[in-house]
Amino acid sequence: MTLLDRVWVAAESATGGPSSATLELVSGARGLGKVVELFTWGDEATVASSADVLGGYGVTRVYSVGDIGPALPGPRVASGMAGLIWAGDSPDVVLVGATYDGRDVAGRLSAKLDRPTITNVVGLAEAEGPRLVAEHAIFGGAQSATSQFTGPGPGIFVVRDKTFEARPTEVSGVPVSVVPVEVAELGRTSAAQVVSRHVETQEGPKLDEATVVVSGGRGLGSPERYALVEELAALLHGAPGATRAIVDAGWVAYSHQVGQTGKTVRPTVYIACGISGATQHMVGMKGARHVIAINTDRDAPIFGIADLGVVGDCGVVLPRLIESLRARG
Amino acid sequence: MKVAVCAKQIPDQANPAKLDPLNRTLDRSDRLILDEADSYGVEVALRLVEQAGGGDVTLVSMAPRGETGGLRTALAMGAAGALLVSDDDLGGSDALGTAKVLAAAIRSISPSPDLVLTATESTDGYTGTVPAQLAELLDLPSITFAKRIELEGGGTSIRVWRQTESGHDELCCTLPALVSVTAGVVEPRYPSYRAIVAAKAKPITQLSLAELGISPDAVGAAGARQVVTGVVAAEARQGGEVIVDSGDAHERIADLLQQLKVI
Repeated sequence: MTLLDRVWVAAESATGGPSSATLELVSGARGLGKVVELFTWGDEATVASSADVLGGYGVTRVYSVGDIGPALPGPRVASGMAGLIWAGDSPDVVLVGATYDGRDVAGRLSAKLDRPTITNVVGLAEAEGPRLVAEHAIFGGAQSATSQFTGPGPGIFVVRDKTFEARPTEVSGVPVSVVPVEVAELGRTSAAQVVSRHVETQEGPKLDEATVVVSGGRGLGSPERYALVEELAALLHGAPGATRAIVDAGWVAYSHQVGQTGKTVRPTVYIACGISGATQHMVGMKGARHVIAINTDRDAPIFGIADLGVVGDCGVVLPRLIESLRARG
Repeated sequence: MKVAVCAKQIPDQANPAKLDPLNRTLDRSDRLILDEADSYGVEVALRLVEQAGGGDVTLVSMAPRGETGGLRTALAMGAAGALLVSDDDLGGSDALGTAKVLAAAIRSISPSPDLVLTATESTDGYTGTVPAQLAELLDLPSITFAKRIELEGGGTSIRVWRQTESGHDELCCTLPALVSVTAGVVEPRYPSYRAIVAAKAKPITQLSLAELGISPDAVGAAGARQVVTGVVAAEARQGGEVIVDSGDAHERIADLLQQLKVI
């Protein structure tokens, strides 16, 4: 196995230190390249403190396009990367998270450089060349394909969350250099400005970090019954999730969506309530250690992957389950 | 106000999608319908034009064999016309190739649109990179994952509510711009029978790669510069016991949760 010389990782969210998605990506990148470098943005102090953390994850250099103010990161980060690459200072590959801002970076960089992207990546491995082979789910996860770039690099891979595990390195005290990157005039592309940010307060653990996830689907029967899902989740110190169908129907916010378009979760227990198990949903939760499913349809595909399947009505089973758990204390 | 909406025509998702066994790209031999993900963009566009008090919606699509089934649906909803790029050399196009074609088609619209709308990702290919690629090729600002769009400044700018990891951001942007719209944000209108009949007379302009000045090497399978080296069925998880609730199934679930030490 030959390692690539150099891997770039695009940072995800620059406030509050490196995000878990960023730490996952740089940890994975360490297994692919000799040198792992991060591309980020933010004021000097924020970038410097992020760099300290990233050093513990094997990053040796942090490029920063500086404080972006109210602008979106996509155009500036992509432009900073393209500038270095055009100047001959190119990595072999660029890894970008499959997130809101990550897709902006990947798309803009791809168009600037005229390089294709491979998206929905759930695994990366070395091949002869050295080149990377990407595993990516197709048809909502029903099949898994492996792909490679055939043209000149750098290859741009858009990687789903939870593909790699965030692992600090065993060596400590490796210095990280922070390199400011000049960005060319962005013109019209940076015209969008954030005027206000709204954080939806959420009680309990985050959906993608919870050890128990209780999700609801169309089979709940009515939006009011989602309260049962939330109640059970709270009782189990877990997080409530949802299928795309009920998010699209407006029952719950998009931030609860589990699946191909939403979050990937890997809890100890996943309780699927009124979820038939469309591939679009399954791709986001099949990494759960244990699955419990409640559905009225005996033929629902979700039963094919459930450790315990209950053919029954959520409107009946959930209140009884909540009562029973309360009684058990 | 002129709005261009990218509208993908895809196989009916009720029939499972499959790969062409020869070249491992999406098999598109079935009849195509409007991707539901794009119906939201069409609806949002129609409402913005109504709010602006004038203008129109132009659809932009790339599809094999001059397929128009999905475009007719969106025309019946109220779009004024469509540009359809159909060319044998487009088979096997990746996201960037698609973005190049859509960008060239949008550039051919005169006067140029104030706003370009897309879905966040298609239902069949779902790479989710086309909106940003398209914005970059058109030298436009982009706001992806919009939940809501409102016109401001007498139609010269927009205010957009954008989905984020932890909630949403409100953004302002002067026009022209590109916005990708998340599914489920509006209820797409259901066309009346009269509108469906009237849509048959609306113009669909078919364009070839040559007419758009795109070299066949830049798009299609050749332009994709990637190869699928293998396809396997995703690893199957083993199912366990399935019981029919006869009034005590909740106790079985509670027992299992206790055994797994989550209570």
